[in-house]
Amino acid sequence: MRELALHILDIAENSISAGASRIRISINEDLDNDLLEIEIEDNGKGMNEETLEKITDPFITSRTTRRVGLGIPFFKAAAEACEGSFNITSKLGEGTNVQAVFKHSHIDRMPLGDISSTIHTLIIGTPDVNWIFEYNVNETRFHFDDEPIKQTLDGVPLSEPSVMRFIREMINEGIHDVQQQIVNEP
Amino acid sequence: MSTVKSLDDLKKIREEALKKQSLKATSGKTEVIVGMGTVGIAAGARETLKAIMDMIEEENLDEIIVRQTGNIGLDSFEPIVQVAVPGEDKVTYGRVNPDMARKIIKDHVIDGNIVSEYQIKV
Repeated sequence: MRELALHILDIAENSISAGASRIRISINEDLDNDLLEIEIEDNGKGMNEETLEKITDPFITSRTTRRVGLGIPFFKAAAEACEGSFNITSKLGEGTNVQAVFKHSHIDRMPLGDISSTIHTLIIGTPDVNWIFEYNVNETRFHFDDEPIKQTLDGVPLSEPSVMRFIREMINEGIHDVQQQIVNEP
Repeated sequence: MSTVKSLDDLKKIREEALKKQSLKATSGKTEVIVGMGTVGIAAGARETLKAIMDMIEEENLDEIIVRQTGNIGLDSFEPIVQVAVPGEDKVTYGRVNPDMARKIIKDHVIDGNIVSEYQIKV
């Protein structure tokens, strides 16, 4: 995968497969400290310690389905190749938290990519999940929670074209505003 | 930060949507499903899904429910798109790029003709 946004999509898919009803995706670009942090947290079924240990190793697997594949080892390798770190914690019945940290300026750090499409496809494609998206660049924050949108819609589906457009524009604007900070960085 | 898009805007959108006679119950709509497992994503499933969503916006297609699912189990055919028209058998399409996705929406979902050259038998 050539974009961090595709890794985020892939990890979020694991959360969906784990039956999560709430998934929070957080991206933090801390330019002062040269860090890019990504976090995906869910309230899905979680994993026991044994599974958790195995999950980051691409060559040891106990899986009998294709539910969790190579996505996590790939994401881990991407972070570690950029003087970063990777951490996954999980608790059965409570959920899973995946964190990857990258050196922002590292030559091998892949671009964030089309994060807007990642978030938009997740929201529209899995309407039963409450999606929370937080994106910070230095002190500028974009906080998106689709719960108030769903309450306002009160039964009108997310896949209604005008609703889809509204959500897409809302996400695009928020991301654009935050990314202005990167453009303005001397 | 200031959000240009407000929930008041959304309320208006909702009112407009409710006014339309075409607003059916979810059960009566055509479902378009895109497989979004690791293999699918690596093969371009996000772009395929995005093309479908763009087309729904552009053509104002309010008779479609689009959703994603995990791995469908046909790795070598990813990205996979399934179309389920109410009362008809589900049709599975393989190696669907954005252009093919648009053709599937136009020919199959809008006009009702299965795009047999993209279809895979499962």
